[in-house]
Amino acid sequence: MLKVFFANQIALGCAQAALTSLLALAVTLLARGRAVHLEKETVVALLRGIVQITAVGSVLVLLLQGPAWTSVLLLAAMMVAAAKMSAGRSDGLPGSFPTSLYAITAGAGSVIALMTGAGVIDTRITSLVPIGSMLIANAMNTNSLVLNRFRAEVESHSGLIETGLALGAKSTETVRPYVQVSVQSSMIPAIDSLRSLGIVWIPGLMAGMLLSGARPIYAAIYQFVTISMILSSSGLTALWCSLLIRRSVFSPAEQLTLRPRSSAAIAVRSRA
Amino acid sequence: MPPSPILRTLRLTREVAGEPIVDDVTVTVRAGSVLVVTGPSGSGKTSFLRLLNRLDEPTSGTVEFEGRDYRELSPRELRRRIGMVTQTAYLFPGSIAENLRFGPLQRGLDLAQNAVEELLNQVGLAERRNENVSHLSGGEAQRVSVARALANQPAVLLLDEPTSALDADAKDDVEKLILSVVRRNELTCVMVSHDLAQAARVADEVMIMRKGKVARFGAAREVINAEGFLC
Repeated sequence: MLKVFFANQIALGCAQAALTSLLALAVTLLARGRAVHLEKETVVALLRGIVQITAVGSVLVLLLQGPAWTSVLLLAAMMVAAAKMSAGRSDGLPGSFPTSLYAITAGAGSVIALMTGAGVIDTRITSLVPIGSMLIANAMNTNSLVLNRFRAEVESHSGLIETGLALGAKSTETVRPYVQVSVQSSMIPAIDSLRSLGIVWIPGLMAGMLLSGARPIYAAIYQFVTISMILSSSGLTALWCSLLIRRSVFSPAEQLTLRPRSSAAIAVRSRA
Repeated sequence: MPPSPILRTLRLTREVAGEPIVDDVTVTVRAGSVLVVTGPSGSGKTSFLRLLNRLDEPTSGTVEFEGRDYRELSPRELRRRIGMVTQTAYLFPGSIAENLRFGPLQRGLDLAQNAVEELLNQVGLAERRNENVSHLSGGEAQRVSVARALANQPAVLLLDEPTSALDADAKDDVEKLILSVVRRNELTCVMVSHDLAQAARVADEVMIMRKGKVARFGAAREVINAEGFLC
């Protein structure tokens, strides 16, 4: 219907963006009715999303015509940005930015490097950057889930963790069950993506490959290749993140420094 | 000759957000004695106890354990020697025996079955080593918690209101059990309690805390009488 009113492609894009944003805001209002407050976060995310993708899209047009090494810089910048956003999800977990940066670089970065070296990812900037960015984005999501879940697990099991410490256990040993739960739960989206490939969803990359003249079977197989790479990079990211983050909630004297916020509030109230 | 001091706090202070919650506490605990720390809610009793096995770090001051600054020991070794039983018995999922074996296992030691049975005898849970902890009552869970702390063969036992979460019958049982275990194993004991009557029953010495400071410290009878509670 919008095409009837907007002949110009840019104007059509703006109208489509406005309509989809309104839909997202309507959903936010519905959530508000159920006492789930996502308004501010949604508005900020929508504004950031449209500004970022438009700006990056404009810059990409220029960069994609540049030399191959430009893609390394672009992917490195994406990893730093991903680490920053992911660390923001940890809600103040100590050391979450360096942990996220190491984990995403080691997870997504190593898979990108290995697969590019093996010829699975084309070295052309027009291929390396989009596929690399998919791996980084998914690694970021996985990393955020690990951080978020780990924090929640530690907060809700602080009594058991300190009991372990009081019995002479190594600090890393006391959080081992919660590290395992965090990694397992963070991998659910990547595993489900692979399980549902072709049945529940068809990635946009496949349509692009078909439009650019690739054989349908090869385009289909390459979707599997891409999602497999996402699974590998997400898994590596989750493992690195869990290895690094488990020490961050303890002091050098093996004291739990992350306490449940509710009990901290109670302590403050009782003092008052 | 009086027993030698086993624990000595030296101007022990812990601040949180700039506020002292334990404030300049200097006390000596004699080997083999039972010290009860009491005082109103928020007076710093539990915070003081957590400093003794270094679950929290002092802002200033220190603790001497067996004549040495406790920072000379690794935190893990210190916590093995100074065991702790908390108000809520946090038991690890699994059997009673697995809980008892947890501490020694951290040092690579496998607690023998007869040692497990001996500990369970002490806490009145003989022949129940294979029972899953999820089936235990509050009082039974606290008994397992005491036995688990003993499995590490500590020199000092810290007890943070170990009976306050229990009903009246279980409270009496667990209190008697703790006393018998402490005497039998010749342990030094520092126990937090908000109950002066309990302090009168179990303590050799009593320390009363108010606003993080030591308000009174001395022989149990004298301190409790001075507080207007007749022993």
